[in-house]
Order: sequence, then C-alpha cells, then structure tokens
Amino acid sequence: MSTDRLEVRKTYKLYLGGKFPRSESGRTYPVTDARGRFVANAAWASRKDARDAVVAARAAVAGWSGATAYNRGQVLYRVAEVMEGRAAQFADEVAAGEGLSAARARASVDAAIDRWVWYAGWTDKLSAVLGGTNPVAGPYFDFSIPEPSGVVAVLAPQRSSLLGLVSVLAPVLATGNTAVVVTSHDRPLPAVTLGEVLATSDVPGGVANLLTGDAAEIGPWLAEHADVDGIDLTGAPTRLAMELERSAAGTLKRVLRGTAEEPDWSADPGLSRMTPFLETKTVWHPIGL
Amino acid sequence: MAAMTHVLDADALSGAPSPTPSGDGPPAPFRDVVASDSAFRAFLHGLPGVDQVGAQARTAVLGTRSIKTTAKAWAIDTAISMVDLTTLEGSDTPGKVRSLAAKARRPDPEDPTCPPVAAVCVYGDLAGVASEALAGTGIHTAAVATAFPSGRASREVKLADVRDAVGNGADEIDMVIDRGAFLAGRYLDVYEEIVAVKQACGTAHLKVILETGELVTLDNARRASWLAMLAGGDFIKTSTGKVSPAATLPVCLVMLEAVRDFRATTGVQIGVKPAGGIRTTKDAVKHLVLINETVGADWLSPEWFRFGASSLLNDLLLQRQKLRTGHYSGPDHVSID
Repeated sequence: MSTDRLEVRKTYKLYLGGKFPRSESGRTYPVTDARGRFVANAAWASRKDARDAVVAARAAVAGWSGATAYNRGQVLYRVAEVMEGRAAQFADEVAAGEGLSAARARASVDAAIDRWVWYAGWTDKLSAVLGGTNPVAGPYFDFSIPEPSGVVAVLAPQRSSLLGLVSVLAPVLATGNTAVVVTSHDRPLPAVTLGEVLATSDVPGGVANLLTGDAAEIGPWLAEHADVDGIDLTGAPTRLAMELERSAAGTLKRVLRGTAEEPDWSADPGLSRMTPFLETKTVWHPIGL
Repeated sequence: MAAMTHVLDADALSGAPSPTPSGDGPPAPFRDVVASDSAFRAFLHGLPGVDQVGAQARTAVLGTRSIKTTAKAWAIDTAISMVDLTTLEGSDTPGKVRSLAAKARRPDPEDPTCPPVAAVCVYGDLAGVASEALAGTGIHTAAVATAFPSGRASREVKLADVRDAVGNGADEIDMVIDRGAFLAGRYLDVYEEIVAVKQACGTAHLKVILETGELVTLDNARRASWLAMLAGGDFIKTSTGKVSPAATLPVCLVMLEAVRDFRATTGVQIGVKPAGGIRTTKDAVKHLVLINETVGADWLSPEWFRFGASSLLNDLLLQRQKLRTGHYSGPDHVSID
C-alpha cells in the first residue's frame, strides 16, 4: 500500500441507548498508553450523559428482563462471537493501555471472551440454582424466583480494561438487569470497542450504556439517582466508594462494594457477581382445591 | 413582523377600540369583514403571509436560551399552573377522571408548595365527574365538544354536544373547527359555527382548536387564528392532540403574533393553548420564552396561556423534585395517570 494514504482516524464516542453520541458537554480528554504516549481523544461523559443513559436503561428494562432467559443467553453468546472476531483489535488496545506483551494481552482478551460465554450460559440456570420450591406448613405450593433489580450503575475497574470490564458488566446483563457503566478513566478504549460489539450483536439499545469518563464526577449522580436500583462500586477508590455507599442509601439501592485492591479477574467468580442485583419473588399458590 | 398591525388596517388604531367583543359580530374595527363570504375571504387572504423559514429560525434561536436555577424553578411552577391536565381516551372511566382531579389539586403530594394545575380536560360526558371532584378548588373543568376530534357531524349535533358538556358542569369548552370547510374555503361557515358554539357555551370559556397539523401551512394557521378570534373564541388552541404534527413552536409563534396584533387593533386579549406533543420541561420552557419574547409578560399566566398535556406534568414534577432534592428523580416518584 502506498505510504501517502491519509490515515482514517477514529472519533471515540459514548455508547448510549444503542447509539454512539458525543458527550452532551462536548468535552473530550486525551488517552495515553501505558508509557504515557498520546493514543486518542475519548469522549468525557458528563452528569447529563449519565442522566440520559439512565433514561435509556430504564426504557430497556421491560424488554430485556421480560425476554426469556434462553433468549438472553443467545444474545449474550452472540456478543462473545462478535468479540472473538475483533479479538486482535481488543488485544492491541489492551496491550497499549495496560502495557502488556502481545501474548499476555491476547490471553487476557481470550479470558474476557471466555468469561462472557460463561455468563451467557448462566442466564437460564440461575432460577434453578437460586430459586425453587419452599417447604411450607400449609396447603400451598410456595416458589421463590430470582428477578432482576432493574437499572444497575457500574463503576468499572480502573486497571483491568477489558477482562475486568467484562467481569462486572456481563453478570449484570446475564441476570436481566440493564447497565450504565462508567469505564476505566485512563484505559477506556477496550470499552469503546466493546460498545461497538454490543451495538452489532442483537443487544437491544439501552440495555448496556458505556460512558467513558471520570467515576468521581459521574458516580455521585448515579449513586443518588432515584431511578437507579443498584450500584457496583468496584471502580471507585475506597474513600469515594464510602461516600457513594452512603448517598446510595438515600434511595435504598443495592450496593456491591469494591475491594481496596482490584481483585484477580482471572479467578473463577462463582455466583458472587450475579446475586447482588437480584430480588427474590416468592409466590404462594393454593393446592388441593 | 412587529409592524403587522399597520398592514392589516391603516385606520386600526385611530378608532376607539371596544374593550370587549359585543354579542353580535366581531369587535371594531373588524365589524364589516364578515359581511359576506367574499369579503371574509378577501380579509383572511389579505393577512400578511408568514415567512416559514423565518418563523422556524426565530423559534430555533429562542429555543437555545438557557434557563437555570431560580429562573428554572419559576418556569417550572408557572408551567405547572398552566397545565390543562388532559385525558381523552375511549377507555376513560369516572375513576380515572377522579384520580386525575386529585392529581390536579396536588400534583406532588410530597410537596405542598407545588401549585395546582389550571384545569382538567375530559370528554363532555365525564365533565360532571370532574367538576364534582374539583368543586371549591378553583381548578377549571374543561370539556371537549363539537364531535371532537374530527368535528365531522352536523351543526345540531355539535351544539347539542356543547350544551350537554356545559350542562354537566364544564366551565371551559374546547371546540374543533370544521377543517374541511376551512380548507374548502368556506370561511363564513366556519365562522358562523364558532359563533353558534360560543352562544351555546353561555358563560363557559370557549377554546377554539384549529388543528394546525391538518391546516398544513402557517399561512392557514394565521388565517384560522384570526377567524377564531373574530368569531369570539376566548382561547385559540393548536391541536386536538390526536393528529401529528401537533403543537410546534413555529405554529405557536404565529398564533401568539395573531393574539398580539388582535389586542393591538381591538383591545381584546385572547389566550393561547398549545396542545399535543409537549412532553418535556424543556419544551414547556421554550414555550414560556416564546411568549415572553413575542407577546410579553401579559400572557404569562394561566388565564392567558395553557398547555394541553398529560405526560408533561410528570416531567415537570420530576424536574421540580430534582431542583428541590439536588438529585435526579425517577418515574417511580410520580403517579401514573
């Protein structure tokens, strides 16, 4: 190819309501690689972008939580398929952002895709594992069924830009919730690409919304927001996380605390990230009549 | 456009304007324009043409005004007090109308400082339920009549519809004009029908729905506005809410200019009610800005300006809660109507 070809440069945008808007504020911020070299300008989401994202996520709750678990699993598996197709791009972005060797970056991307597949498989098994019939002393069938909380705000991990992001986002979607994610501030590019994957893999618009920006700026608005049902504080530093947990109490949100140090994302997560944003519905049904 | 009154009638301001329209015929100086079909057509078609691009540009510029903090709080409360809380569905029940009336009295039950709305707007047969539920509150009962929303019925049926609604306790009547007759150029028929309905209303306020979405052009919206004002309508209203496009800012601008010019020439002030399609606080605030910049603060009260809306009120309440509490509210915190 001739060397005088003009480079086609990409404009990094938010993923919000199934579309790719710029930030309402018009702001961007420079993203650097692990060695501090300029890579791209990412959109810098504002509180109003978060507000719009919550509206989009709320609108998507009925369709996503109402879809059959089997259908949700198919859609999420499709996401993994499309991720696989773009694995090389993910690997480049992870390698640049996290300063990993090409081989280790690729391994991290593979782990992320496998993690996504694993959660996709869980959609239609959760109710069997977490729900069931209850023994009661009376002429009733008594069932407990896990149901999604609704709109979940996720402050994604700051260090692990793809595996960490997938590890917090996929369980929220698999359980039937919709998500508003604030991505890693310094390493947002895999999240931008994941948004493009989600947009092209049958995930309904608004089910997942990815905001590149600052968790310390947007987090408080999400924590206080009366139309957010849960918040995952993984990406917030300890002090901020404490404040956010306190303000989340004002609207009785479900809160998933982070840890002081980011966990080892390659470890088997078990059910730990799927149970926090579920409600248990129990139904009593008369028998013997 | 500000000089329009002079184009209308060079002698308009020289004669003594009568403060109220007399019972028969339009107010001075327009007494003669309805003398015959051809005279009326000549008058309506002699109105200055509307610059559509100019109207769109003007409203687009005004729509960019940033209204924040205390001004926003004032705008929200003013807009709430201007809402005609509306339910016009075939499935309306007395229970739904009663719950709407309760919401009209106390839009935000958690906050006693929230003002009540201006009126509850229902079909004529439910006006009795509404007026009973609103008795003693100062909130008006508006009823749509004249074979709403199409207006396709004989005049006897329409007048009977109006009398029925008034008899049921409605103190405001929202009538639809005969768009078929208007578009066919039979302006005098439309005029006479409005006059007859006004008579049937008795003391009830008459709002004349132009259904601008079916009149197609802004020129027609201006003509219909003048026709309705000359015929004695107390309010001119954009739309039924059943046709899209409904209330748009350019249409509202044209109607506001019409009521401004009408007052300048006759001394009679007419109200304006955009209805349909106004769903967000931002839309409502844009309308308030448009009033202030077009006709001035005289129209910034529920007596002279109304919003015909159902979902708008909830968005106003959510914004109000956001201002009060400092954090975003959600649809779980307002009633579903």
